[in-house]
Amino acid sequence: MAITAKLARLAPKPETNHMLYGPTHRAIQNALSQLIEKEINPNVDQWERNKLFPAKTVFKKFGNLGIFGVNKPTEYGGLGLDFSYSVAVAETMGQVNCGAIPMAAEVQSDMATPALAEYGSDYLKREFLMPSLTGEVVSCLGVSEPHAGSDVAAIRTYARKHNDDLIITDTAEIFFDNVRVPMRNIIGDEGRGFFYQMSQFQHERLVAVAVLLEPLSKIIDTTMEYARERQIFGQPELNNQIVSYQLAEMRVELESVRSLLYRAVLEKLSGEDVTILASMAKFKAARIARSITDNCLQASLNGHIVSRFYRDLRLFSIAGGCDEVMLSIISRHFESK
Amino acid sequence: MRVLVGVKRVIDFAVKVRVKPDKTSVVTDNVPHSMNPFDEIALEEAVKLKEANHAKEIVAFSLGPAKNQEILRTALAKGADKAIHLEVDDATYQKVEPFHVAQAIAKLAKDEKFDLVFLGKQAIDDDANQTGQLVAGFLNWPQATFASKVETEGTSHLKVTREIDGGLETIKVKLPAVLTADLRLNEPRYATLPNIMKAKKKPIDKKTPKDLGLDLTSQTEVLEVSEPPTRKGGEFVEDVPTLVKKLKEKGAL
Repeated sequence: MAITAKLARLAPKPETNHMLYGPTHRAIQNALSQLIEKEINPNVDQWERNKLFPAKTVFKKFGNLGIFGVNKPTEYGGLGLDFSYSVAVAETMGQVNCGAIPMAAEVQSDMATPALAEYGSDYLKREFLMPSLTGEVVSCLGVSEPHAGSDVAAIRTYARKHNDDLIITDTAEIFFDNVRVPMRNIIGDEGRGFFYQMSQFQHERLVAVAVLLEPLSKIIDTTMEYARERQIFGQPELNNQIVSYQLAEMRVELESVRSLLYRAVLEKLSGEDVTILASMAKFKAARIARSITDNCLQASLNGHIVSRFYRDLRLFSIAGGCDEVMLSIISRHFESK
Repeated sequence: MRVLVGVKRVIDFAVKVRVKPDKTSVVTDNVPHSMNPFDEIALEEAVKLKEANHAKEIVAFSLGPAKNQEILRTALAKGADKAIHLEVDDATYQKVEPFHVAQAIAKLAKDEKFDLVFLGKQAIDDDANQTGQLVAGFLNWPQATFASKVETEGTSHLKVTREIDGGLETIKVKLPAVLTADLRLNEPRYATLPNIMKAKKKPIDKKTPKDLGLDLTSQTEVLEVSEPPTRKGGEFVEDVPTLVKKLKEKGAL
């Protein structure tokens, strides 16, 4: 991992005008970056070896720093900032040297909690949002079933009313066996869950793209450095134009996705519905995650960090709305015009 | 006790530094910068003194171009109460030396009646290790450099453990004094996000070299900046006797 350490800050951060981030975004990113470097990354290899994710400890650290609630209301411990700050945090989370931890953190901040923060009652926000923001509890989101998932509307898990409670049965990410939940735990209006979840998906998809940018950049840099040092046929691997050009092309793809993300975020901030842009960005990001990790694996002879991300980033074409669903959304939008 | 903490904006320690083709200096454009790590440690100690009610106010100070504001905001987010920015343009900043910075700090310390000046022991870009000592000289104040532990002795003195070549040395200094922080003094806190937001409301006073009567005449001239010679590859030997022979051949034994 010596190369990765050396590359930690090799990619230049432009100090001039950024289309999305200002000095406060940068200050927040620097704080999170320091935490990741000092307390997360040094432990990642060991957690991998032991197949361990100390979610409670890690989440407490993130919670203390305050990164779970950047766009959540201040009354419940959030910072009350706009979504661009969530994206800035997500992008920096990508500095963690594995996929699981940023993903878990983003579920906590921007996948499981947006609807709760937007539509939940004061009681629900105190009970569930506040401890989520401090990192005391670990949240999750379940939208997959044996019979449904991509087709969200076909979900069968149901809740039956019984006095003041709901009894929930069936199988989602977890198996519900007559689970009793008080009626007042319903987020927002009864029957509106589908709509809330659909709108929550936009947040989820955009931060998923953001989280991919740093690891992909790191992989390309790592592979380039490897190719510079590795000698074959009497010269550095990087001297082969195909290797050099492929790396360049990967950088083009990465920057294109980055621009698409920032554009989607800016439009969202101005109040637009960005379902199509978010779907496009999610689709493309997941696809280049596969091609970049695959190409870099080839060029780096199964390099350590590259192979880890080859494994971890494959998820993005499947989760958070699989590629096929993204294409379905996009094609239906244009065909219906 | 009022504490003045000096913070310098330096190239981030993890960056691979490159020398400019004209060999006048290193490349700083578009390179990540951050607060000098030893200054972070000094700031942390000052904030701890305030939290223990030994200090009343912590003021962060930086001499440099507009970008130094970011470092001062970070200092405010980590616990400084206010900041002073002595602003100079990029060209002037290239020629600033510890001698000038020390003059500025000394003037501020005297004019605004600080009881303690706390700096990092050295900056990681020039490794000069001069500013703290110069400030003490200008002010004729006691100094305790390379501090690895700081304790109060009543309200008039500080007991400081210093890291020196032979080990550790503990001295007592009478306030007002100058301290410089060494690596093992403490583990700096993170700037939490709520504190980053609160820091935006804390004041940053702007000053010019003229305000402090600062003379920026160069004391030194940089002739050339170049990279160290590239490390030559080593070689493997089969056994210990061969190793010993090679070391003798190279004059290492």
